Amino acid sequence: MSVNQVTPLIDTVREHETPEGIRLELRLAGPVVRACAWSIDMLIRVILYGGVSGIFAFFGGIGTSLMLIMFFLIEWFYPVLFELYNGASPGKKAMGLVVIQDNGTPITFSSSLIRNLLRGADFLPFLYATGLLSMLLNRNFQRLGDLAAGTLVVYREQALVRVQLPEAERRRPPVDLSVDEQRELIRFAERCPQLSRDRQIELATLLFPVTGKRGAAAVQEILGYAAWLTRGNR
Amino acid sequence: MKQEQFEARYQPLWQRLDEQLKQQESFRLRRSAELPADLPQLYRQLCNHYALSRSRRYSPQLVEYLHRLVLRGHQQLYTRRGAWLWRLLTFLGRDFPVSLRMNRGYFAVALALFLLPGLLVGGYCMHDDSFIYSLMSDAEVSNMEEMYRPDNSRPGRTIERSADSDFAMFGFYIYNNIGIGFRTFAMGILAGVGTVFTLFYNGLVIGGVAGYLTGLGYTETFWPFVSGHSSLELTAIVISGTAGLMVGRGVICPGQYSRLDAIKRQAGSAIPLVMGAGLMLLAAAFIEAFWSASNMPNAIKYIAAAVLWISMILYFVYAGRGTSGTR
Repeated sequence: MSVNQVTPLIDTVREHETPEGIRLELRLAGPVVRACAWSIDMLIRVILYGGVSGIFAFFGGIGTSLMLIMFFLIEWFYPVLFELYNGASPGKKAMGLVVIQDNGTPITFSSSLIRNLLRGADFLPFLYATGLLSMLLNRNFQRLGDLAAGTLVVYREQALVRVQLPEAERRRPPVDLSVDEQRELIRFAERCPQLSRDRQIELATLLFPVTGKRGAAAVQEILGYAAWLTRGNR
Repeated sequence: MKQEQFEARYQPLWQRLDEQLKQQESFRLRRSAELPADLPQLYRQLCNHYALSRSRRYSPQLVEYLHRLVLRGHQQLYTRRGAWLWRLLTFLGRDFPVSLRMNRGYFAVALALFLLPGLLVGGYCMHDDSFIYSLMSDAEVSNMEEMYRPDNSRPGRTIERSADSDFAMFGFYIYNNIGIGFRTFAMGILAGVGTVFTLFYNGLVIGGVAGYLTGLGYTETFWPFVSGHSSLELTAIVISGTAGLMVGRGVICPGQYSRLDAIKRQAGSAIPLVMGAGLMLLAAAFIEAFWSASNMPNAIKYIAAAVLWISMILYFVYAGRGTSGTR
């Protein structure tokens, strides 16, 4: 297995270490969200089947032929096409999921083919019961097709919005802080715009032993530490 | 270095990398096959910055921003790309026959599973025309009889189907036959049981029908019709079964690998066989719809069938030999 768990926490984040020594974090998708994605795909496919039979019914023998060929393609290659195009079928995309190799790279043609051909086995005996069992027994939520293809279904990262730290007078923290503590202070400053004023005060006042301040002054004090930590004292 | 200086100094580099990655992430048929020359170097610098930003106390948002860039860079740098037409040609000319020869043991087992019940039941059905009813329902048998009755002007079609054009049957054969091939492979993941069953069952039914119709004396309609596409179609089903057995072997007997790795390896080396079998079934569907159903004299059909059988066997035995030292 090339996906290793390094933390003992119960979590659906898997890490993969790259040749550069960097740890990539992959957030796995569970059975429920995948079932939702599948339902959306199923709906789209039913609409496609209906559309195809409606259109080609008027073209006689060649129409029937094209209709059956389209049925074949929709049944077997609908997911393959979309997975190669942008990593996820429309249903998965709507649910914010993407299929990748277990080493973090985009899915390859043969892996996509394997995982989608094996749907037939995962579906047995009804409605993906085998696939669900496999996902529940497996720590990476892989159905049989994923196991054989070496693929993972993970959450697509949401667009990241960088916020500016709120303005505050820079202050040197009065005590030595560990790297983790410094990071927590900066994280607080970054989250401040999302928090209500009361919540900001409530959180900042927890640090009364360090800051010696309460209320809005405590918030400003901590923002000042964060500013000092990120920008220096000049 | 404080975070702001760090960001100010390297932001242009990150942006340049971001633009290059956006270019690469566009649809794979439209982008250029070549990676920008400095992308690997930019990526390694970025990795360095990411590691620094984690070990220093930089803000979680900056770390997250860099992490995403690293993830995208990793995806582009370590993916396979380009030249799909050339890959298709080398696949047909070398990879497919070579991988079948490398897995000839599985092929032999699949062939035996298909052929032995077929021959036994076929021979028996030729002499005992009631045994076929143990394999198929009355309706299916009378359907078969109707398709190959000597007075049927369109052999291979039932009366209700006879109005369907060759094109319609082409679509039907694609939908039905390639689906069977794919399923034969997929069932292999169930410890090979599904594949063994499919091969055995198809052998029984195909052999039984052939024997029964021969016993009835429908030889002038049945054999010319099926001979043309038989080589590609039957062999492709056995090859799909070969691929299914390979996956099943990974499940049952992983050898020196963990079961999971064994399944992955076996599926990876079986997938060329599945793709090849799919292409063969496509060709077989074409032959079955347009050639087998045509009104050519039977002698010509038999000659064409023999040519197809021989060239197919030669292809699997010799194609791709000698290139880059493979068997």
